[in-house]
Amino acid sequence: MKIQLHDTTSSKIASQLVKLREEGGAVALGRVLTLLVVADEDDVEEAVDAANQASREHPCRVIVVTDAVPGADGLDAEIRVGGDAGASEVILLHPRGAAGGDPDTLVTPLLLPDAPIVTWWPGAAPDDPSDHPLGRMAQRRITDVMRCGHPLRSLARLAEHHAPGDTDLAWARATLWRGLIAESLDEPPYTRVDAIRIAGNTDHPSLLLLGAWLRYFLKADVTLEAVEAAPAITGVTLVRENGNVVMERPVDSTILRIDEPTGIKHRVSLPLRTLADSLIEDLRRLDPDEVYGEVLTKALPELVEELA
Amino acid sequence: MPARIAAGVNPLRQTQDRRLPRIAGPSGLVIFGVTGDLSRKKLLPAIYDLANRGLLPPGFGLTGFARRDWNADHFAEVTKQAVQEHARTPFRERVWRQLEAGIRFVPGEFDDDAAFDRLAETVAELDRERGTGGNHAFYLSVPPGAFPLVCRQLARSGLSDSKGDAWRRVVIEKPFGHDLASALELQKVVESVFPGDSVFRIDHYLGKETVQNLLALRFANQMFEPIWNAHYVDHVQITMAEDIGIGSRAGYYDGIGAARDVIQNHLLQLLALTAMEEPVSFDPAPLRAEKEKVLSAVVLPKDLSRHTARGQYSAGWQGGEKVLGYHDEDGIPPGSTTDTFAAIRVDVDTRRWAGVPFYLRTGKRLGRRVTEIAIVFKRAPHLPFALPDTQELGQNALVIRVQPDEGVTVRFGAKVPGTAMEVRDVTMDFGYGHAFTENSPEAYERLILDVLLGDPPLFPHSKEVELSWRILDPILQHWERKGMPDSYRPGTWGPDSAHEMLARDGRAWRRP
Repeated sequence: MKIQLHDTTSSKIASQLVKLREEGGAVALGRVLTLLVVADEDDVEEAVDAANQASREHPCRVIVVTDAVPGADGLDAEIRVGGDAGASEVILLHPRGAAGGDPDTLVTPLLLPDAPIVTWWPGAAPDDPSDHPLGRMAQRRITDVMRCGHPLRSLARLAEHHAPGDTDLAWARATLWRGLIAESLDEPPYTRVDAIRIAGNTDHPSLLLLGAWLRYFLKADVTLEAVEAAPAITGVTLVRENGNVVMERPVDSTILRIDEPTGIKHRVSLPLRTLADSLIEDLRRLDPDEVYGEVLTKALPELVEELA
Repeated sequence: MPARIAAGVNPLRQTQDRRLPRIAGPSGLVIFGVTGDLSRKKLLPAIYDLANRGLLPPGFGLTGFARRDWNADHFAEVTKQAVQEHARTPFRERVWRQLEAGIRFVPGEFDDDAAFDRLAETVAELDRERGTGGNHAFYLSVPPGAFPLVCRQLARSGLSDSKGDAWRRVVIEKPFGHDLASALELQKVVESVFPGDSVFRIDHYLGKETVQNLLALRFANQMFEPIWNAHYVDHVQITMAEDIGIGSRAGYYDGIGAARDVIQNHLLQLLALTAMEEPVSFDPAPLRAEKEKVLSAVVLPKDLSRHTARGQYSAGWQGGEKVLGYHDEDGIPPGSTTDTFAAIRVDVDTRRWAGVPFYLRTGKRLGRRVTEIAIVFKRAPHLPFALPDTQELGQNALVIRVQPDEGVTVRFGAKVPGTAMEVRDVTMDFGYGHAFTENSPEAYERLILDVLLGDPPLFPHSKEVELSWRILDPILQHWERKGMPDSYRPGTWGPDSAHEMLARDGRAWRRP
């Protein structure tokens, strides 16, 4: 169900929500967080769709705030519940003119009491998320440099202003690779990793973060190898004392091939992660991701320096 | 200088890095009795779900062993069907193909030496081709009568021997014996082949999220523990009810009955988790120590006739469906005295629980399918209201709903709107599914992964099994002398004797 509200205020929206709950019981109970989505009009539907999927694992109230459009000052809104809103309710706020000036006051009456706030910029992100009016009120701030143009520069900007609680979805997109690589070191023979080669789209932020992470914790040289038309990471080679572990996911494939020095070959399904998958992972923990912070602010600059 | 890597030293696993998934290392799982219901409906789907979630190792091997004239392709086809019908996560051809590549099948009888030699070859071949690294778990999804034979065969064919860093583990399902003597015998057989810490006893209830949530509720919060004792608690009711009959399980069920099937393992484990003291940590040893302490403090009522009840369902109409009585079910001998309903009272002789009875009940063909733990509190010592105002006020209760609709219910008094001061019971519901995930993993997923990771806290130890039988044995012996159980209509909450048993104590069963 979608309810349009024209020329309204946040407190009127809040009473409408209470009324909806009393009338239809249409509103989910036991929600664990409020998800603020700060988006361009063009990004809204894709973001709401991902948030709805995420709400099935993390029931949340989703509040989307779009940039103010020119026009007579005021606020338009839309409430979505039931089938249009996953396991949550979605509130879209479209401020006009000066009404968008203080976005924190737009959302404050609509926040779930006591529940943590997560702010997500599905598109362009501010340089300093923790200083944005909607970022300041949040425990966790999620950006997505992959959608920001020039990822490396964006990562550098985020690193400069990094605050505990900030993460970027590029980090979540590297988790499955990280898991497989870490797992391969859990097993004997426990030989050193002397060097690492990573192939793929060398501008992809996930590839850069993965390389920085490996270099930082394994204290081994990392080289990057550009692969034409690669959407993301296509391969990782660990050069070990007893031979190379080669992991390869060719362009256009969703299967990862692993060749071990012993001659044993494995195949694992490793499709590119969807936006919703990455968001769900990021919402799983609401405390600061310290490893990400270290990789972004220390490991990545070191890697960039070495590559230059 | 590259970072040091050694057993247990992985520079990529930082403790703060909680995103990094725990993927099982190279390993294989061999299932005996792979054609059974449990395999088809739970085990095989759970293995696929784990693969789908990326938690199985890249070179996982799955071997079926059964008395069927199948080859690996047949078995893969059967597995695929089971997965498509029963898996929790969506079927993806790509994931399936990875899993399929590691599927093997060995036909044979348990007394056939050659079949076990072929199994040993198959397992060795998986090590070579799939890199399972000599790590194998054997899941005995077979009647307990076959355990000794299978264990002996595993020992004879060398399958139970682990070499170097590699591990061999065995997984067994309830019933862990049918009384204390047989449980000890079984334990001797299994532990003569596998060391104690390589034996994983599956109690799938312990893999359920809500049961683990019981530990979070009790020990992560400040507001419950202070009232979790005899000062505030009047009594505790633990119920596991099924609305179905025994179906086609006559062979397994007759002679076992509700008490052995459910109270000995599930309900006493739930009792232990409800009543135990706070463990010093959630490592396996401290957790077991607390469970063992509380089980060893359980005492039975003096007069078992007054404080236990058992029943057998009769034929009748249940919810619009005509159902058979226990004696009319296929394969049940006339005159069978097997209990399909069992209820017992026990006390826990500790300072915390002195004088607080724990009532446990379970049965088939009961009112509805439900498992719950209800903590029923004492009435307020003084009510500053006129008597009629609080007539409708019952006792406060905290109910942990284990299944279905997992969650917690709190019942307390609230004022009825209006001019008069009138207090009535209201309930407040926390739905685990609302607050967290619709996608919460199946118990078997968690447990199989824990077996492969070698993480035992959720598995009952042999000592706990022994203590549970010590509790149940006298009751079973008492019942054996009493002849026929009381009969009850299907779709009700058990025989009259169950209700009388609580009425004697001035209490009543909750309607779950």
